[in-house]
Amino acid sequence: MPDVQVLVNDFINKLRKRKIEGSQATSRQTAELLRSVISQTRVPYTNQAGALIDAVRAVGEQLIAANPVELAVGNIVRRVLHIIREEDLSLATAAVAGLGLSSVSDDEDDSERDNHPVLSAAVVAAAARSTLRPPSLQTLLEDVPDSGAVPHTSSSGGDSEGKSKSADKSSRSRKLKHDVIEALNELIQDITTCHELIAEQAVEHIHQNEVILTLGSSRTVLEFLCAAKEKKRSFRVFVAEGAPRYQGHLLAKDLVTRGLQTTLITDSAVFAMISRVNMVIVGAHAVMANGGVIAPVGLNMVALAAQRHAVPFVVLAGSHKLCPLYPHNPEVLLNELRSPSELLDFGEFSDCMDFGTGTASPLLHVVNPTFDYVPPKLVSLFITDTGGHNPSYVYRLIADYYSADDLVVQRRPPTAS
Amino acid sequence: MEARRASRTVSDPKVRHVGFFTPDPNPQPGWNPLASDPPVSNSLSPVIIPPPRQPADRTAAVPVPETGVRRQTGADQVPVGSYNPSESLLGSSPVPSSPSSRVGLAGGEFSEESNGWFRRSDSGKFASSLPDTMVERAPENSASAAPVLESKKSVEATGKGGKAVVEEQNEVQSSSKPLKAKTTKAERRALQEAQRAAKASGKEGNKSAAVSQGAAPVKPVKQPSQKKDGPPVSVSVSVSVVSFDKKGGDRPPEKERKKDVPAPRMQFDDKSRVQKAKKHAVVKQTEARNRVELFRHLPQYEHGTQLPDLESKFFQLDPVHPAIYKVGLQYLAGDISGGNARCIAMLQAFKEAIEDYSTPQEKTLARDLTAKISSYVSFFIECRPLSIGMGNAIRFLKTRISDLPLTLSESEAKAALCSDIEHFINEKIILADKVIVRHAVTKIRDGDVLLAYGSSCVVEMILLYAHEMGKQFRVVVVDSRPKLEGQALLRRLVAKGLSCTYSHINALSYIMHEVTKVFLGAASVLSNGTVYSRVGTASVAMVANAFHVPVLICCEAYKFHERVQLDSICFNELGDPDAIAKVSGRTDVNYLNNWANKENLQLLNLMYDATPSDYISMIVTDYGMIPPTSVPVIVREYRRDHVFI
Repeated sequence: MPDVQVLVNDFINKLRKRKIEGSQATSRQTAELLRSVISQTRVPYTNQAGALIDAVRAVGEQLIAANPVELAVGNIVRRVLHIIREEDLSLATAAVAGLGLSSVSDDEDDSERDNHPVLSAAVVAAAARSTLRPPSLQTLLEDVPDSGAVPHTSSSGGDSEGKSKSADKSSRSRKLKHDVIEALNELIQDITTCHELIAEQAVEHIHQNEVILTLGSSRTVLEFLCAAKEKKRSFRVFVAEGAPRYQGHLLAKDLVTRGLQTTLITDSAVFAMISRVNMVIVGAHAVMANGGVIAPVGLNMVALAAQRHAVPFVVLAGSHKLCPLYPHNPEVLLNELRSPSELLDFGEFSDCMDFGTGTASPLLHVVNPTFDYVPPKLVSLFITDTGGHNPSYVYRLIADYYSADDLVVQRRPPTAS
Repeated sequence: MEARRASRTVSDPKVRHVGFFTPDPNPQPGWNPLASDPPVSNSLSPVIIPPPRQPADRTAAVPVPETGVRRQTGADQVPVGSYNPSESLLGSSPVPSSPSSRVGLAGGEFSEESNGWFRRSDSGKFASSLPDTMVERAPENSASAAPVLESKKSVEATGKGGKAVVEEQNEVQSSSKPLKAKTTKAERRALQEAQRAAKASGKEGNKSAAVSQGAAPVKPVKQPSQKKDGPPVSVSVSVSVVSFDKKGGDRPPEKERKKDVPAPRMQFDDKSRVQKAKKHAVVKQTEARNRVELFRHLPQYEHGTQLPDLESKFFQLDPVHPAIYKVGLQYLAGDISGGNARCIAMLQAFKEAIEDYSTPQEKTLARDLTAKISSYVSFFIECRPLSIGMGNAIRFLKTRISDLPLTLSESEAKAALCSDIEHFINEKIILADKVIVRHAVTKIRDGDVLLAYGSSCVVEMILLYAHEMGKQFRVVVVDSRPKLEGQALLRRLVAKGLSCTYSHINALSYIMHEVTKVFLGAASVLSNGTVYSRVGTASVAMVANAFHVPVLICCEAYKFHERVQLDSICFNELGDPDAIAKVSGRTDVNYLNNWANKENLQLLNLMYDATPSDYISMIVTDYGMIPPTSVPVIVREYRRDHVFI
C-alpha cells in the first residue's frame, strides 16, 4: 500500500503547514483519507476489525501529531474507529442472529438439545434489542423469566462469535470492510451536509425583526442565516470583522449577496452594540466534552458581553466538531500563535529595537493567538445536526459518536476486541 | 445698611421660627450669640433648626460670623435664585421670606428689594472667582466624598473671607449706580422669567416691574468690585459657601435645578432642525450613504470630500477667524486627535481669535464676543463633534466672557480672557495630568504587567514616569482597528526602552491571564460613573473584570460631565466607514472594495463606547483617586468652580 502512504504523507504535510483551514474541510479530507486507508488494508481472516482498527489508529496517530490543535482530525479518527467497532458488532450479532434464525426456526421446542450457540445468539440479539429499547414496565416489575437468559451472554457471546466467525469467514471478511466503507461514506456525507441539517432549524430560532450578531466567518452560520432569510424572515445581522483575519468581511459580503441586511462593525464595537442585539450566533472550532467551545479568537469577549446583557449565545456545530476530550488550560494548550506579521509589519518596528546591544530578551513581543476558549457557562445553546442541546448535555452527545476505548488514540491498544 | 436690615428682619423670623427674632431697629444683638460662637452654630444649626425644606440655604448661611449680612444674602437667594415668586410660594414653609419681602415691596420699599438683588449679584460674582481655592483644596475635597464634610470645610473657610465679604458689600452699595446697563442674553431670559412668574403669581404689574428692575442690574453691579480686586482669592473662599448654599442644598430652587440639566443634544433624525442647522453651516457636508438605521440620530457625512473645498476657501471665509479655521480643518482631517490635544488646540485658537478681536461699534464686547465664539463653536462642530471636555472648556470661556465687568476696556478684557484661557490649559489639563501621573504611579509595583488600550496620553505619561522612576514592569499594549492608535503608543514606549507586548483586542482573553492591572484613558466620565471612552474600552474593562484584574481609569476632572448614559448608542460619534472596509497593510482583505454600491450593506465605525461603572475599580483624577460612585460628587463640586472660574 505504497500509494496510501503517499496520500497520508501528503495530507500530514498539509496539516503541518496549516494548508487546510476550517474544521469541516479538515474532517472531510481526513475521513476520505481514512476511507482509502481502510480500502487498501489487507484484512486477515481472524480478527479483521482489530486489523482495521490498528491500521486506522496508526495513521490517526500521525495525523493528530501533525496538527494537534486541529481537533477535528482526532474526532474523525475516533469516529472511524467507533464505526469499525460498531460494524463489527452489528455484523457479529447479525451473523449470529442469522445462524440462530436458521436453527431456531425448526427446533423451537427442543431447546434441551445441545445448541449452545443458538441460544446464545438469541440471547445476544435480545441483549442488543434490550439496549436499544427501554425495558417494559412489566419486565421491571415482575422479573419475567425469559429475560433471565440475558446474564450469561457475556460468557457465551465470545465463543459464539468465534464459532460463527469460523462458519463463514470469507463472506464476512469482505462484508466488514464493505460495511465500514459504506458507513464512512455516510459519515463523509454527513460532514458535507451537516450545515443543511443545522440550517433547517433556523426558523425555530430566528424571528422576524431580530438583530443577530456574529463574529468572523463560518459556513454554518452563513447557511443558517440564509435559511432563515429564505423562510421570509426579515432580520438584520451585525458582523464583527474578526481581526486579524477579517473573515467577517467575507461573511458580510456573502450575506449581502444573499440579500440580508448586514452591518459590519469592528470587534471593539461589539460591547457597544450588543445591547441592541437579540441573539449571538457563532460557529465553533471545536466543542469540548464539558460543553466548552474552542472558537475563533475574540469570541470569549463576545460571550462575556452577551452574558452581561443576557443575550443568548448560540453556537452552531456539526457533529464532527464534538470532541470527546475534556479541556485543560485550553487557552494555551489548545491554542496556536499565528504570525505577528498579521498585526505589525516586520520592518515597521525594526528601527525601534536595538539589536546591537545584544540583550537577552527583545523589548517587543507580539501575541497573535488563533483561538479562544469559551467556558460552558457562557454558552446558552448548541445547535448541532441532531438538534439543540444544552452545554451540560454535550458529554452524553459525545457518547453516541465515540467509544470509550478510543479516547486516547496515541496509546497502543492493549488488544483489539 | 441699617435700613436694609430692618425690612429683612421682618421677614426673617418667619422663616426660621427660632428665637433669633429681633425687632427692626437693632438687629445686631439678636445675632451676636451666633457670631460669638460660630463653630457651634456651624455644626449645630443643621441639627437644631430643622427647617422643613430648603435647609441648606439657611443652615449654611447662618454659621458665617458676620451673620447679619451673610444671612440676608442667604435669605435673598430664595427669590433670586428662582426669579419666581410662584415657585417659591409653592415651596411652603421656609419661603415666607419672599412673599413678605414682596409685601414690603408693594408697600413702596423699592430700593430695599433692589439692594437685596445687588447683594446677591455680587455673591454671584464671588462665585465666579472661585476656582483658585477650589483647585488648591481639590484633593481633600474629593477624598471626602460626603457632602457634609465638604460643606463644613468650606464653611470654615468662610471664616477668613467673611471680612472681605463685608467690605465687598459696602463697596457694592456705593457702586450700585450703573443700573440700566446692557443686558446679556441670560439676563434677559431671567427678566422674562421673572415677569412671567410675576404674572402667574397674580400680582400687579408694578411689582413685576420691580422685580425686573431688580433683575436687570445683576450683571452690571459686579464690574466695579471685580475691577478693584481682580481675581480675589480671599473673597472667593467665602463665595464657595454661597454657591454651596445654592447647589449643595437638599432642595435647590427649581430654576437652578432646571439649569443643571444639560440641554438635550441635537438629534439628527429630526429633519427640520437639521435643515435649520444646515442653513448656517460653513462646512457643507454631504450625508453618507448606507447609514445604519440605529444611528440615524447621529450625524454621518461623507468623509474627505469637503476638505479640499474648504482648504481652497481658506482666504475667502469672512466669518471664521483663520486660526479657528485651521484648527477646524485639522479636526476634519484627523490631524489632531485625542481629547486633550483637541481641547488645547481649540482653546489656543480661541485665544488667537480673541486677541485679534475688536468690538464692532454699537455692540458690547461681552455679547458680541459670545456670539462670535458660538459661531466658531458651531464651525468646530461641523468639522467634528465636540468632545465633552471641549464642551466644558467652552462653557468655561463663555461664563468668563459674560462675567467680564463692563467697565473694563476692550484691551483689558481681552487680556483677562487670554490669561483665563492660559490658566485653564495649565491648570485643568497640563497640571491635572501631572497630578494624575503622580497618583497613578503609586499603584504600579515592581513585577506588574500593565495593560494599556489604544493610545491615551495620560496613560502614556504614567508608564513613562514609572519607568523613569526605575520601576520594573511590563506593558501590554492592546490595539484595535481601524485607528490602530496602539501602534503609535507602542513605538514611543519601545523607543523609551519599556518592555512591551503588542496584541489586538480579540486576543484579550488570552493575554489577560498575565496582566495585573489595566490602565485606561477616558474621553469623559459621566455622573452615573459610566466612562465614555474610545470604542473597545468597555470590552477591555469587561474582560479584565471577568479575570479579576483591577481597572484604573485615568481622566482629568475637566472631562467629567453631569450627563448620564447607559449605553453607547444614544450618544456617540461615527467615524469614516471606509476605514473599516480597508485594512491597512493587508491587500488580501479586499472583499468590500465597492461596498457603497450594495444597499444592504452598512459599515459602522463607532468612535466611543460607554463602560458601565461596575467594571471600574478606580478613577484616577486630579482630585485624587475615587471610586466611580463618587463621580457625581466631583461633578457637582467641579462644575461649580468650573463654571464660575
